[in-house]
Amino acid sequence: MKGKIIALAASALALAACAGPPPAAAPGAPYGPGPARAAGAIVPGSEADLRATAGDRVYFAFDRSDVSPAAQQILARQAAWLKHYRHVAVRIEGHCDKRGTRAYNLALGARRAHAAKSVLVAAGIPPSRIATISYGKDRPIVLGNTERDFALNRVAITRVR
Amino acid sequence: MTVWRRRLCGGFLALLLLPFFPGAPAQAALHIDITKGTITPLPIAIPPFLGANGPSQMGQDIARVVADDLESSGLFKPLDPRSFIETLKAPDARPQFGDWREINAQALVVGAVGRNPDGSFTAQFRLWDVLAQQQLAGYSYSSAAQNWRRIGHIIADAVYERLTGEQGYFDTHIAYVSEAGALRHRIKRLAIMDYDGANNRFLTGGRSLVMTPSFSPVKQELAYVSFASGIAQVYLLDLDNGRRQRVAGLAGMTFAPRFSPHGGRLLLSEAKGGITNIFSLDLNSGSIHRITADDAIDTSPSFSPDGSQIVFNSDRGGSPQLYVMGADGSGVTRISFGSGKYGDPVWSPRGDEIAFTKITGGSFYVGVMHPDGSGERLIAQGYQVEAPSWAPNGRVLVYFSQTPANASGRGFSSRLYSIDLTGYNKREVLTPGDATDPAWSPLLH
Repeated sequence: MKGKIIALAASALALAACAGPPPAAAPGAPYGPGPARAAGAIVPGSEADLRATAGDRVYFAFDRSDVSPAAQQILARQAAWLKHYRHVAVRIEGHCDKRGTRAYNLALGARRAHAAKSVLVAAGIPPSRIATISYGKDRPIVLGNTERDFALNRVAITRVR
Repeated sequence: MTVWRRRLCGGFLALLLLPFFPGAPAQAALHIDITKGTITPLPIAIPPFLGANGPSQMGQDIARVVADDLESSGLFKPLDPRSFIETLKAPDARPQFGDWREINAQALVVGAVGRNPDGSFTAQFRLWDVLAQQQLAGYSYSSAAQNWRRIGHIIADAVYERLTGEQGYFDTHIAYVSEAGALRHRIKRLAIMDYDGANNRFLTGGRSLVMTPSFSPVKQELAYVSFASGIAQVYLLDLDNGRRQRVAGLAGMTFAPRFSPHGGRLLLSEAKGGITNIFSLDLNSGSIHRITADDAIDTSPSFSPDGSQIVFNSDRGGSPQLYVMGADGSGVTRISFGSGKYGDPVWSPRGDEIAFTKITGGSFYVGVMHPDGSGERLIAQGYQVEAPSWAPNGRVLVYFSQTPANASGRGFSSRLYSIDLTGYNKREVLTPGDATDPAWSPLLH
């Protein structure tokens, strides 16, 4: 079992390598016995597991919904994780920074969530396992008004349903 | 609520007019031209309405509502009752115009209230042109006692209409989203209040995120967005019986609802597969018509008052801008060309302006432009000002304005403001707590 998991992780990493350089803050070795798991805090197949092993969120440029190379890598790892945990269904939440109207940002958040879903579906995850929701600018991830705060709110987050 | 109104005329008007006709000096009719940006407010005297046996608490309260309404418009300056010389004794007596001229009153409202045998009350008023010494208006209203504030608003509307030539807007409601709690997990409740902030009440409990209420033009009904089902979907709320229902026909994520001018249809957006288009729902038959069909974001539709056109927000050109099209989706024309992003277009009830939110240079603005895109004017600016809604006379707007929170959420506030479309007379509309997404109702009477 464990050997299979590691093989999966390797293929995910290979995919990521094709997509471009790994992000600066890449999560630890996927599926490995990281410190948190060693402590018994993360249940395999859980949202925390997804976050720790694949990365649960991808970021977008201002007023954009294109999936960046860095986001492609994270979504490839999410796809690999979802292929391993076949019983897990997820919901992708689209979020926006506050610099848009409420209605427009609802639409933009929907487009971001769909963009992330499309990458997972293209990687072979059945669409029926992936719901999407948009919160627009109404459930910000962080407060504050710096460019970095805004960037952290332009996000699609994959959550386990 | 039932309000009975009758014009005060009969013998009274005839009796009064006769003595003054022969010798009355030629006076320009008392009139306020509200098309100009800044005007000198008209001095008006509004003594406490008389009771059946002299002073009356309700009479005093109604006069205060009338004075506050007229003052809030920026067009009137109610005079301090302590400066009044004449002590009115009978509502139907001819005022001592000299006493009112002496304190520079140009208009005078003389009113009275009285209880009826069935427990209801009657309020009457006469509006006098002090210089011309003429009655300009006179009406009597009867209603249940708890409606005294509304009667005050109705009288203020009558005075406003007689002196400006424009429809009043005081006997109205404002619906909005009341916000409380941590900024990352706001509790949002639909609320409604009189336009002046009185009689606030909450319409939803706060369990589900709610957004963007919009009034039916023909009945006591709101369309709004709720996450009650888990995602954003459009609901209708009957304000008379509290019944709410999700609009049928579109199963996915729907938002940005707005009624047609006659209330028979609802425009709304649906997001599907990352694409957002505009649809029209026939509220009688339940049939749905697609209005836009492209792979961009098309949202925030708003009908022209004649129902022939729709203004909407779209990023089909690469960034969110304003577009106008025929009611069937034909002839799409971009109308916004300034720098920055545009959204939330709302067609004025008069038809001559479109209000919008604009985001540029790190700041938010509320502005207006003509339906062909010319004459853009920004009338409010702030860290975050957004979501204009027109008063029914198309002269005044309400919007919300937020102050920034720091990273720990402190310093935040969100308030409603009203402002003339000229950009003057900005005033806070008092709400019990933080407020967003205001919607101004049609006139209630």
